[in-house]
Amino acid sequence: MELAGVQPGRVYLDYAGFAPVDPRVLAVTRPFLEAGIGNPSARHSLGAEARESLDAARVKVARLCGGASGGIIFTSGATEANNLAVKGVIARARSAGPVRILLSAIEHISVINACRDLEKAGATVGYLPVDGDGRVDPDTLRAALTADTALVSIAAANPEIGTVQPLKEIGRITRAAGVPLHVDGVGALGRIPLNVEAMSIDLLTVSGNDLYAPPGSGALWVRPGVRIHPQMLGGGQEGGYRSGTENLPGAVGLGVAAELMRVEGLHQEAERLAVLRDRLMKGLLERIPDCRVTGPPRARLPHHVSLVLRGVKGDGVLLDLDLAGVAASSGSACASLTQTTSHVLRAIGCTPEEAEGSLCFTLGRWSTAVDVDAVLDRLPAIVARLRALAAPLPT
Amino acid sequence: MAQETKVVNPDRQIDCTGLFCPMPIVKTREAMTRMAVGQVLVMLSDDPASDPDMRSWARTTGHDLLEVGRNGAVYRFVIRKTG
Repeated sequence: MELAGVQPGRVYLDYAGFAPVDPRVLAVTRPFLEAGIGNPSARHSLGAEARESLDAARVKVARLCGGASGGIIFTSGATEANNLAVKGVIARARSAGPVRILLSAIEHISVINACRDLEKAGATVGYLPVDGDGRVDPDTLRAALTADTALVSIAAANPEIGTVQPLKEIGRITRAAGVPLHVDGVGALGRIPLNVEAMSIDLLTVSGNDLYAPPGSGALWVRPGVRIHPQMLGGGQEGGYRSGTENLPGAVGLGVAAELMRVEGLHQEAERLAVLRDRLMKGLLERIPDCRVTGPPRARLPHHVSLVLRGVKGDGVLLDLDLAGVAASSGSACASLTQTTSHVLRAIGCTPEEAEGSLCFTLGRWSTAVDVDAVLDRLPAIVARLRALAAPLPT
Repeated sequence: MAQETKVVNPDRQIDCTGLFCPMPIVKTREAMTRMAVGQVLVMLSDDPASDPDMRSWARTTGHDLLEVGRNGAVYRFVIRKTG
């Protein structure tokens, strides 16, 4: 499949940061940006067509999640969906008395900051520790559940270190305790088995761009019967849970992208990418001394390689990689903004020095063995040069 | 014995209450770039994560974290620019 806009010689391995829109998604989305379509709330026939398109998209996204289509609330992306899930559930629960939220210590910053905001307003927040691979222990969760726990929020997979959580066990525990389970599905949905029914998930965050849909699209699936309080008030769109004129091109694009991911994701794409991932991971470990993989080697996202390199700063490596035509990331935009240690790497026991040398490669739909080999060819020399520069001068 | 108290007159103060990580540190860093070495900044924040974040940031950047105070939910950080 051809992808427009790809620069020859450039290697793009930052799909978790931004994914190009699939040309097939773009082709379906384009007419919805042009003339001939109405506002889904309008009473004219163009409005009715828009409404039908929106509902068709809802069905497709729900099918990827494995749940009822009535549960889909379209949002502007995963951050909004995470905020709506956490704040929406807690706002409802708080009217019944004191509340506690449990989340893993390695959640996305949008979940953590939403919880901190609620903490300021009187909620209690408990952070579940993770092991050295970033995995939540289901027994720890079971022991941490209290009578006032109103929500458990655990991402299906970690975007920084690729760890996949034992969601089936986690869902069984929260369901038995009668506590709603929110799962941030970014990175995982369509790539690993993730199903709201099979895993007893009550709220699932979907990112559009993560599925090769236009950025600015996303959704929250909410189990029918789970009550949330809306965070965006206005004209009552999306069942009153997310007001504002619908982003129809975004929703339609997300629908097509979800359908493509459902058909191709798990069985074709994930298997192909896992082969490339293993080739990259093995090759880097063989060629670069003093480096180790963060997160588990096996139970990780199929498109994700993360590592820490001793004796170099990740930012310096990224700069040199960029000059060598390779786009990658350090895994945490927040930590690089603040020059602090990433909360994820801290939680898995990395020292601040180790965490400085963190690198993250995320493969995607258009990644090839040529891309992987380019990294294997270029990165070892870059690391060796930077280490030599950082070494103390002989006295 | 009289307790030694250091009164530090801040050269600048920024209010980051209502903001969350990474903004208090981003705004602190911005403010520092416009200050001279030796000058003192006071930053106010009510994000519960600010305390560990500011300590870690000061360690990484080498600026002197002179004081961490707390008045109810609001933290008060006093930082001297070192370089």
